[in-house]
Amino acid sequence: MQVSTDTSGKLRQITYADAIREAIDQVMHKDPSTYVMGLGATDPKGVFGTTIGLEGEYGPRRVFDMPVSENAMTGIAVGSCIKGMRPIMVHQRADFMLMAMDQIINNAAKWYYMYGGQKSVPLTIRAIVGRGWGQGPQHSQNFQAVFAQIPGLKVIAPTTPYGAKGLLTSSIEDNNPVIFIEHRWLYNQVSHVPQEYYTLPLGKANILRKGTDITVVASMEMALEAVHVAEKLEPNGVSIEVLDICSVKPLDEDAILGSIAKTHHLLIIDSSWVAFGVSSEIAAMVAEKGFDLLKAKIKRLGLPDVPTPTSPSLSKSYYTSEADICNAVCEILKTNLEATELGLSDFVNDVPDEYFKGPF
Amino acid sequence: MLRIRIVEEELMRYYAEQEMRCPVHFCVGQEAVSVGVCQALAHDDSVMSSHRCHGHYLAKGGSLKGMVAELYGKSSGCASGRGGSMHLIDLSVNFLGATSIVAGTIPIAVGVGFSNKLKDEQSVSVVFFGDGATEEGLFYESLNFAELHNLPVLFVCEHNFYSVYSPISVRQPSSRDIYKVAASMGLDSIRIDGNDVEAVYLATQSALESVHSGNGPYLIEATTYRWVEHCGPNYDNHIGYRSEEEYLNWREKDPVATFEEKLLKDTCASKEFIGTARQQILKEIRDVVDYAKRLPFPDSSELAKGVYAS
Repeated sequence: MQVSTDTSGKLRQITYADAIREAIDQVMHKDPSTYVMGLGATDPKGVFGTTIGLEGEYGPRRVFDMPVSENAMTGIAVGSCIKGMRPIMVHQRADFMLMAMDQIINNAAKWYYMYGGQKSVPLTIRAIVGRGWGQGPQHSQNFQAVFAQIPGLKVIAPTTPYGAKGLLTSSIEDNNPVIFIEHRWLYNQVSHVPQEYYTLPLGKANILRKGTDITVVASMEMALEAVHVAEKLEPNGVSIEVLDICSVKPLDEDAILGSIAKTHHLLIIDSSWVAFGVSSEIAAMVAEKGFDLLKAKIKRLGLPDVPTPTSPSLSKSYYTSEADICNAVCEILKTNLEATELGLSDFVNDVPDEYFKGPF
Repeated sequence: MLRIRIVEEELMRYYAEQEMRCPVHFCVGQEAVSVGVCQALAHDDSVMSSHRCHGHYLAKGGSLKGMVAELYGKSSGCASGRGGSMHLIDLSVNFLGATSIVAGTIPIAVGVGFSNKLKDEQSVSVVFFGDGATEEGLFYESLNFAELHNLPVLFVCEHNFYSVYSPISVRQPSSRDIYKVAASMGLDSIRIDGNDVEAVYLATQSALESVHSGNGPYLIEATTYRWVEHCGPNYDNHIGYRSEEEYLNWREKDPVATFEEKLLKDTCASKEFIGTARQQILKEIRDVVDYAKRLPFPDSSELAKGVYAS
């Protein structure tokens, strides 16, 4: 990988949102069969900035807004795939995709298999997950486990801007339907992103932080929370390895088992509901294939079996806090550390950072 | 039309042997819609269909061997044994597929029409569906987008008055006409006698002319009637969801017999010619069934192959 620097030799840093926009821009430039559609794709806000300017660059035939018809529009995207197109669809809230489950599951996911491999469906659906500022029961749902259970779908969940760009280019290049989950709280995260076009393999996890005592498997915003906790615990003698799965399906089982072989302890943080969730799948996989590697029980954190509440007083008990992560790590390692004394909050922010102002 | 009728009747007979191990929705009684529409199409025009797809597939020129092998679950079936009767496909004749969820292929066909337009191709995307599909949200969503973008799509509604056992009277207001729903959404549309193959053919020709001249999508509502049970080879008028009298009235309007009489009356064909054709078709389908039965099944080691494209 070529490392991009500016004239002063500094590494180029851009946001997660800009990385997504850049990935789409570069793929569209490279491949004329790609097009973008979504509610608001051409509006002044451009889906939180991720589609800004694309219509001007590629024209209204390749970048367009759509009727509020999620199901038919997904079928239309599938129909265009069998004629050789490569659509990129975006939903400003993943919750809206429930309207399209018929076309995603009954058609997109199985078109390749059910006709004996005659036509593939290279469709990428961007599913944006909201959180905080009262997103509530129907503007905050992450259906990663629901999609991951469907044969024929791939489910990607990038954490860093670097990952967002490389995994999105790969998802669009992939000849299968890919559900590309983006977390709204990550949009202003900044990291080094090369200017050049690049891809990252789907199904490969990434060690966000090396450690020796315990493996914390997480994704997206929870992976970043885990890194923050790891930084605070390191000086107190607890070394956490944070493994960002990047791809829910295919799941990088080798990376998970490889890390546990080193640390012998496992905490899984789910970005969605714990019950019947991705963390359940990971725990079951480790129990079946890596039981002997473990020196303590597996523990899982994530959302309780409850719809997302709207009031900030309720949502702070709903989401996983830094203190929750610290306490779970200590419980597994049988260590006594007081989270609040380490500067780890048990208060779950209603917004990700100072820059974040309502109403969104 | 005669070929579809005889193929279906023979398959109904063979079905009793329990060797075609998939649900089969026979189209006996509805053949004129398939044939009238597909005869008017060019090779490059594409067709998609739903669970009752045999007639559409054969009328578009789909391989009979591929279809029968698929019904028997064989690896050389048109969908390699992965689909069965409700998932016929023959890309060589632009029969792009059929699916078993009501209205499921309507948006897919609109997507095909959308791509044709994006690529400046002249071909028309045709989709067959039943009256039940017009109760699905997908129908309205798809017509809306097709009209919004002026897409080259021909919607063909085979209105046979029943969704499984549920009559249209418990599903739609009696004052409503399906073709008028399409018209209210801005499409050109027409209702025709779906048992009159010439009427279907002529209506399709004018619909295609309209689409080709840039008027956007078109909907044909063709009234017709399914003779046998919703799924399977048996007659089921005795179970009580429709009357024998209603069925016999529609038998009077048999699209195949009616057209045969017309051909004889107009001396377009002789009794001998039709008799010979009948014998040839019978031999063809029986040979194909014998052939399909002898074909190998997919190997169990192939189960998980082809879930993902490389």
